[in-house]
Amino acid sequence: MSEVKVQRTVIVTNPQGLHARPADMFVKLASRFESKIELVKDSERVDGKSILAILTLAAAEGTRLSIEATGRDAEQAIDALVELVAQNFAEDETLC
Amino acid sequence: MKFADFVSREAVRADLTADDKESVIREMAAALLDAGKIAPTELEGIIKAILKREELGSTGIGRGVAVPHTKHPSVDRLVGTVGVSSEGVDFDSLDGEKVNLFFLLISPPDRPGDHLRALENVSRQLRDEQFCKFLKQAKNAEEILQLLDEADNNQFVS
Repeated sequence: MSEVKVQRTVIVTNPQGLHARPADMFVKLASRFESKIELVKDSERVDGKSILAILTLAAAEGTRLSIEATGRDAEQAIDALVELVAQNFAEDETLC
Repeated sequence: MKFADFVSREAVRADLTADDKESVIREMAAALLDAGKIAPTELEGIIKAILKREELGSTGIGRGVAVPHTKHPSVDRLVGTVGVSSEGVDFDSLDGEKVNLFFLLISPPDRPGDHLRALENVSRQLRDEQFCKFLKQAKNAEEILQLLDEADNNQFVS
């Protein structure tokens, strides 16, 4: 069983940034995978399965984030998480 | 952003008596009203907006902490307060635990950055177990304010 490490860069495009609900959605999705998931913003590296950790990034619109996954299902995890960010966390702009 | 930038000192409560989600939100909003931070005519609208946000997913983010919040056009700057419940409140938290520490935030709709920076501050400080523990043990508003001031002075986060 090989350990895979995958990294992809995304840009936060929703105007509200990575606030509580998107962070919650990210954690819920990340937690479905066995792989270790980390988010990196500049020199900060945090656990992608912890909402408290993600909120400490205060990632506003336009922030460049690196998503890193390490584990057997790293490829699938990265694909799913990049898709979530790309879809703006399916955010309804009328509510926050 | 520091706690001092958004926490209304007169609205801080160490002795929340509410025992469910709606009443704790009402109790904290009433504290902001008493402190003159929100208008009486806006109180119900603000409470409803915060409850509506909770319906989308609990803001109980784990570790006994919740950050109920909303955007509301009646405030022109970020308004917030802190409440402590020694009994704990069932808040449908993400980790299923009861919530003891509440950070309620109301932000102007056009200032998403301020909201993010307040969340950043709350979550960064609360990662420190000592800070969390001391806050939960706070006996009165003065003790909470002292802890927030110490956190602002970087006494908990290295």
